[in-house]
Amino acid sequence: MTNHYIDFRNSDVILNMGGNVAENHPVSFKWIQAAKDKGAIFIHVDPRFTRTSTKADIFVRLRSGTDIAFLGGMIKYILDHNLYDEFYVKNYTNASFIVNPKYSFEDGLFSGYDPAKRTYDKSTWALEKDEQGIPKRDMTLQDPRCVFQLLKHHYSRYTLEKVSQITGTPVADLEKVYKTYGTTGTPDKAGTVLYAMGWTQHTVGVQNIRAMSIIQTLLGNMGIAGGGVNALRGESNVQGSTDQGLLFHILPGYLPTPRAQWPTLEDYNKTTPSTKDPRSINWWRHRPKYLVSFLKSMFGEKATKENDFGYPWMPKLDPTQDASWLNLFDEMYKGTFTGFFAWGMNPACSSANAGKVRQALAKLDWMVNVNVFDNETGEFWRGPGMDPKKIKTEVFQLPCAAFMEKEGSISNSGRWMQWRYKAANPPGEARPDGDIMYELFKKVRALYEKEKGAFPEPILNLKWDYETDGHFDIHKVAKEINGYDLTTGKLMANFVGLKDDGTTSCGNWLYSASYTEAGNMAARRKKTDPTGLGLYPEWSWCWPLNRRIIYNRASVDLDGNPRDPKRPLLRWDPSGKKWIGDVPDNAVPPMGTNGAYPFIMKPDGVASIFGPGLNDGPFPEHYEPLECPIEKNLMSSQRINPVVKIFEGGPDSFASCDPKYPFVCTTYRVTEHWQTGVLTRWLPWLIEAEPQVFCEMSLELAKLRGIKNGDRVIVETQRGKLEAVAIVTSRLKPFTIAGQTIHQIGVPWHFGWLQPKDGGESANLLTPTVGDPNTMIPESKAFMANVRKLTKQPAKKAVKG
Amino acid sequence: MKITRRTFLKISGATAAGTLMGGLGFDLSSAELYAQELRIKGAKETTSICCYCSVGCGIIVHTDANGKVINAEGDPDHPISEGALCAKGASSYQIAINPNRLQKVRYRAPYSTSWKEVSWDWALDKIASNIKKSRDASFMEKNAQGQVVNRTNGIASVGSAALDNEECWLYQKFLRALGIIYIEHQARI
Repeated sequence: MTNHYIDFRNSDVILNMGGNVAENHPVSFKWIQAAKDKGAIFIHVDPRFTRTSTKADIFVRLRSGTDIAFLGGMIKYILDHNLYDEFYVKNYTNASFIVNPKYSFEDGLFSGYDPAKRTYDKSTWALEKDEQGIPKRDMTLQDPRCVFQLLKHHYSRYTLEKVSQITGTPVADLEKVYKTYGTTGTPDKAGTVLYAMGWTQHTVGVQNIRAMSIIQTLLGNMGIAGGGVNALRGESNVQGSTDQGLLFHILPGYLPTPRAQWPTLEDYNKTTPSTKDPRSINWWRHRPKYLVSFLKSMFGEKATKENDFGYPWMPKLDPTQDASWLNLFDEMYKGTFTGFFAWGMNPACSSANAGKVRQALAKLDWMVNVNVFDNETGEFWRGPGMDPKKIKTEVFQLPCAAFMEKEGSISNSGRWMQWRYKAANPPGEARPDGDIMYELFKKVRALYEKEKGAFPEPILNLKWDYETDGHFDIHKVAKEINGYDLTTGKLMANFVGLKDDGTTSCGNWLYSASYTEAGNMAARRKKTDPTGLGLYPEWSWCWPLNRRIIYNRASVDLDGNPRDPKRPLLRWDPSGKKWIGDVPDNAVPPMGTNGAYPFIMKPDGVASIFGPGLNDGPFPEHYEPLECPIEKNLMSSQRINPVVKIFEGGPDSFASCDPKYPFVCTTYRVTEHWQTGVLTRWLPWLIEAEPQVFCEMSLELAKLRGIKNGDRVIVETQRGKLEAVAIVTSRLKPFTIAGQTIHQIGVPWHFGWLQPKDGGESANLLTPTVGDPNTMIPESKAFMANVRKLTKQPAKKAVKG
Repeated sequence: MKITRRTFLKISGATAAGTLMGGLGFDLSSAELYAQELRIKGAKETTSICCYCSVGCGIIVHTDANGKVINAEGDPDHPISEGALCAKGASSYQIAINPNRLQKVRYRAPYSTSWKEVSWDWALDKIASNIKKSRDASFMEKNAQGQVVNRTNGIASVGSAALDNEECWLYQKFLRALGIIYIEHQARI
């Protein structure tokens, strides 16, 4: 999130799209209600009428996988009706920047497409620079090659009628949403968007969010109280686990992982983002300091200037290698790995095309499965269709502590890092995860000390000293993450003092300032609210630098006065020469006519309406999901995103416009369960409330297929099938797409064969192996399925009396 | 006295119990108060944050004199949740008090049809030696183009957003020191 949960209450218009906030982030709804109580309008856009929709002032439906068409129509509407914030667009975005004359877009393809490689050469998407290397601009926004005019041109095709044909949303509904949300384009109005996996789990996932980001910058809603682009993430610490670099492509603090083409630190640092524009702060220019400080936290005294601070010991990816989830399990399926850790995860149910994952696990020599409860991954060898006598995989199942049985911090979606204390001991022999990894590494190191082995340096030189009185001490890790001034031994006050000469260490620069000489900031519980905006700066701590709303200098005018006096997030005090309010997104003086731009993490210093860095185009464009119900994309000749990676063969197959799979299917969650249900399926209250997998369908579809409410049905795709209980409901309705009637169904994904015994299987047996070309997040929210009545219904229990 | 939300609840609880007398004809208030207090009487309060979605609601965990979890409820002082919890958060004490919790280290040998309980030391020793075997056999110093890569191709990891920040950081340190590059977790899916 750019903003945070309490900040919902500061909005005038709240759009929840690609999510179901009332059911999946229930307690946060109180801040939507607080906004509504003050007169805010709440809009919900979703294929399905949910409990969120019941609270919405405006609810409209769209077919799964058509969000860009919907949002592209909104961009056109905002431009056509001059609803945009002209000051903001001119000063704080790249709308005035001039694009390379070779840039083009024709019939669904941007310039530079290579059909053989299914990739773009992005060089023609570049922004033009003058002799000094500063971006060329036309502040009148009239140049036909300026971003603003290209934007207008690109979305001129997204007419209400065209959008309606694609999304199935009636024109009047589209207009209602566009008009209402468009009212937030004035400085005294704030609009916010809340999204979740309904936007990310698509082959156009990143561009869904880009489309909304464009809307938010056009309307001047970024960097303000009550605004922002806000991801409602699915796990209590998925923000933190991302921040801490548990992904193949990033080290902690979003530093890129080293690659083979950067063999030395110097080579790595050559890729540091740069700008020649003195008005751009380009905060990423400090990256070399953060990497060296990170390496010092990895290798301690063994990291020296002479050995490039241990950079050669870090593993390196091949130049364009993508080691993300779907590729990982594809490699496992091919037999690439002998060993595997499933630590606090249940991929046998959580992965797209889970059937493939279950087969892949059988190709391993060994697997370590760490969890609080038993799960389908640890037990895969005796799952449905498996013969344990033929499966070689050795499995170690290690019991770990639950959240109240250990100490440490987690980071919510609003970037608040909150400390949790230990309330009780874990049961039996269960241990905290940190203790397990700490002990395990010591054993690995002892083996390498004794027997040597391949490239032992990183193992032998790793700094691994987090004990107090002979026991693992999580506070020592928390301090390592914050970092030290190694010349004094004191904790860093924040990342501003980090250096690239080896005199500072810092495990994650973004978290520097979280655990200082003044104490553990994440544990703070003081409820002061000096701005009155609900920032609570002394409750816990938030990254970066306890800044509660990022890009907050975009909330002020050129002189540093709040553009919205009702919600003054920041104000420049000319006499004291300082900012008052939130922690400013850089403490430079007001921008004036030649000062520093507000978007400090972007090399150009402004928000990118034109985004030349993504793999699938600088503007979001509507493409159909890999599996869709119509043969032709109504927008262009490109049916699907032209740069997605296609997995085919073996367990990977897909079927688009196939009469065998006529219905659009999506997956979702219910309030009472969480993720694969690995915790919640074992809790008596919750499993009683939601005991089994179901399939929701419309009254019309049920009639068509002769299905009654409560019947057992088979839901089936090209990959797999599962049995479910039919819920026949008016919460779903058929769509009219390009003149045809299209039905949509949905299945929650919390279940698995292990527990409860009659609860049903994972919905991910249905989903395809295909991902977004930027993130490789799987397309679990739009695929094609069939649903039919189970011919042999189980015998009904006789009712006594 | 400044009335906080919690003292207010106590007062209104007493009032509610008091009014029972009118309906039943005899005074239940002392029994009612006793019963209400008993569950967490003398309990230790520990503040925590809910383990489920990303809102980050405050939870107070109550433990008895033996250190056993006896209750978990919303933290009224928490500025985001203000004491509220959803169905999942409100049942979180059932995670701690649950006969189905994994409590022993289990091992399934190749081609075996069942689990066997083993000791931590035995399991961690064997995992460590498996790691070394897989790493040594698959370690690549240079790729096909002759570039230095120093990585372990034969081991992969998924996990975890269910870990604390400090554990996540420690885990990535552990994996990267081993040379592992296939490092993924919930954030990708």
